[in-house]
Amino acid sequence: MLKTSPFHPRTAPLVRAQTWRRWAGHQMASAYDPYPDREYAAIRNAAALIDVSPLYKYRIGGRDAARLLDRMITRDMRKLKPGQVYYTPWCDDQGKVIDDGTVTNLGGGAFRLTSADSSLRWLHMNAVGLDVTIEDISERVGALSLQGPLSRDVLSRAAGMDLSALKYFRMVEGTIRDIPVAISRTGYTGDLGFEIWVEAGRAVALWDALMEAGRGYGLTPCGVWGMDIARIEAGLIMMDVDYFSAHHALIESRKSTPYEINLGWAVSADKEPFNGRRALRAERARGPAWSFVGLEVDWESFERFFRAHGLPPQISNIAWRASAPVYRASRQVGYATSGCWSPLLKKSLALAHLRAPHFAPGTPVKLEVTVEHRRELADAVVRKLPFYDPERKKA
Amino acid sequence: MSARYDAIVVGGGHNGLVAAAYLARAGRKTLVLERRPVLGGAAVTEEVFPGFKFSVFSYVVSLLRPEIIRDLDLPKHGLQILPLESTVTPLENGDYLASWADPDETRRELCRHSPRDADAAVVFGRLMHHMAMAVKPILGMVPPDPASLSPGDLAGLLKLGGHFRSLGPERFHALHKLMTMSSADYLDEWFEFDGLKATKSASGIIGTFLGPRSPGSAYVLLHHYMGEIDGAFRAWGFQKGGTGAISETIARAARAHGAELRTGAGVERVIVRNGRATGVALSSGEEIAANLVISGLDPRLTFTRLVETRELPSELVDGIRRYKFRGSSGKVNLALSGLPSFACTPGEGPHLRGAISISPSIDYLERAYDDAKYGEFSRHPYMDIVIPSMIDPGMAPPGNHVMSVFVQYAPYALNGGWNDAKREAFGDAVVRTLARYAPNIESLILHRQVLTPHDIETITGLSEGNIFQGELALQQLFFLRPVPEWAKYRTPIQGYWQCGAGTHPGGGIMGASGRLAAMEILRAA
Repeated sequence: MLKTSPFHPRTAPLVRAQTWRRWAGHQMASAYDPYPDREYAAIRNAAALIDVSPLYKYRIGGRDAARLLDRMITRDMRKLKPGQVYYTPWCDDQGKVIDDGTVTNLGGGAFRLTSADSSLRWLHMNAVGLDVTIEDISERVGALSLQGPLSRDVLSRAAGMDLSALKYFRMVEGTIRDIPVAISRTGYTGDLGFEIWVEAGRAVALWDALMEAGRGYGLTPCGVWGMDIARIEAGLIMMDVDYFSAHHALIESRKSTPYEINLGWAVSADKEPFNGRRALRAERARGPAWSFVGLEVDWESFERFFRAHGLPPQISNIAWRASAPVYRASRQVGYATSGCWSPLLKKSLALAHLRAPHFAPGTPVKLEVTVEHRRELADAVVRKLPFYDPERKKA
Repeated sequence: MSARYDAIVVGGGHNGLVAAAYLARAGRKTLVLERRPVLGGAAVTEEVFPGFKFSVFSYVVSLLRPEIIRDLDLPKHGLQILPLESTVTPLENGDYLASWADPDETRRELCRHSPRDADAAVVFGRLMHHMAMAVKPILGMVPPDPASLSPGDLAGLLKLGGHFRSLGPERFHALHKLMTMSSADYLDEWFEFDGLKATKSASGIIGTFLGPRSPGSAYVLLHHYMGEIDGAFRAWGFQKGGTGAISETIARAARAHGAELRTGAGVERVIVRNGRATGVALSSGEEIAANLVISGLDPRLTFTRLVETRELPSELVDGIRRYKFRGSSGKVNLALSGLPSFACTPGEGPHLRGAISISPSIDYLERAYDDAKYGEFSRHPYMDIVIPSMIDPGMAPPGNHVMSVFVQYAPYALNGGWNDAKREAFGDAVVRTLARYAPNIESLILHRQVLTPHDIETITGLSEGNIFQGELALQQLFFLRPVPEWAKYRTPIQGYWQCGAGTHPGGGIMGASGRLAAMEILRAA
């Protein structure tokens, strides 16, 4: 049996079409409605409540906690102030990405690490000789992501505090209907949003409190499908979909450095020694062989393939996760790993790995699509990520 | 008088804005003049009651052309269309008929009423799909003149002929039936459940002075399926911020391309010299020169108010005089302190996020029409209801709601004429009818705005309050819209053009008239 999230008693009855999926060994809702349209719309229009409890979570304390994390992640832990959150990858000694997640400075020398994959062994391997405590709190802590333009109104109302002072990638502790919570201004949608961390035993009560506060604000429970469209628009990468963990990759060519997956900005290559520093410095000097970019499919070229069969264009309202070859001048120059129709931008989008020098924004390429059982090459243009970046995200 | 502008668009409705945006995009120095303080014409959002925002007139987006969305990059300028997924029809026996986003749920629901109809709906849908596919290209086409032998017209007719030939005999015959039959008769050939037939035929009578049993009303059924063809584009639904936000979006795109937009600038007349338009005179007395003047107003205003009729051929003037407006619908906008509870499915539920159609039976609709035929508003009207605040919470203060009620029939030519008492009586009939299905509605009403066709005419300028700038009836569509020989956005006055919904294809927030007019103007240059 798969595990269930601490919010399961509330979410399960809402999954009308029994559209469940696996996420880190958990049984989670793909969508609550049969289709994700309305749930996705809530992220961009009002407020959406997404159960993100399957994230792995660790609490790291002890005198050397910051040193442990600094050795592990690519960003500079000395600059992470109490109440601040980092989004960061971490690498093996060859500079290949193992996972990506967040590190929160909880204050008092304690930190919380979240990751897509189990990280306990890697934490312990990096802790040799250090005075640290490492607790796997994955099952003890539930997490809800509250995202969308009205998320701040809903949460301020629920927490009885004005959250407009909470800046992007900052964290604050508070209570919601007497339930102690940590609130971070983070998310996986590229919109204004928050993640709320709670003791698993109080999870159901927290769900009820938020849903109650969200009445009148269009607060809508949203599953993974809805979030997936938002994260593609936001150009946010997903492990095991867009890249393989260096710990999972069966062959070397499946591994990526942070520079190759658009996370170069999160590498402080000049800080104190850390895993992969030498390799990453060399790559920084050399320039990456690959880049992770956006592709915008030319609608008219796409529509033509359908018209040839007398069909109107058909696009799923669920994002795709598959490998699609990308060509330039009839040579394959890379591959797309996920994509979707953006209901907001009214464009067909993809996230793709492209080989140098074909990844400059504006480069015309062709993306393989299948229309009526035939493989076709649709015109596409390389775009800088994110596709969608509303001001309110950081404002 | 030297021309300060390449083009002046009279009227800042959505088609005028689209035309201006395309002209400005092509480098033409373009000015839009709008009489009202707000852009959008019949696509405006106004805070009618403090804290409550209403799409005062037009209230949903259905056929906004994808090519306009792309060409003008409307998403960048604020287009955000939210899904409006369901339709629920409360029935007179206390039950309801629902159509949901999920086809299996819809099928199961229809099976409750008629398993045979549930099967028929699938085959019917396929047939309508094919016909809509054949008819849809017409929306993007300048109407060819069938009486003309010019190469352009012949090419257009050939293209059209090709579309229809590709239908095959069975579908061609079906198309002929659609063009000639009443929606009630046509649907009788397919379905047995009255509630279903009524709800489907309701879409065919919107904005016309026809009943479901009037010949020619079947054709408009196709419009619904044309929207479905563009389904992949997901441009059907509710614009965030109401329909006024669509106008603002198009206006932003036009400005980004360099167009100038002026509100509070009513055009009194188009200045014509030697058979050529040379500019406009505002009601303030100001005169503005331009090489081209494009009217986004309806055909009556375009041909008989903005210019002197002696500039035009008598046949044209007579054609315009006979062109049918006959506004037949009104609008009631309600500010509510809470959600209505429908007796057929009480309390909150997903049905409140979609359309609610008061169309329980064909007889009900036809009786509503009977009242109008003899000059009265319907005692029990057809109503198309949405609660925009359920989809976009920004439309009303938290916990409160706005309800948009499209009401038909309300004849422009009411016996004795419209006045304040008649308006209130009309509003009362609407609320009373609504209360038959949602008994708590009256206790929730904080504010009521009632708009008769007369009010629609007074506020927006639309002649006789016709929401489509003239009926979308077969005799005034395509190469007959607004009148034969003048269906290509031109007028007999050089440099004077038309771009409103009174030209092909017209109707709804489609933008197609504005786009086609602009393209024709640019082609002619």
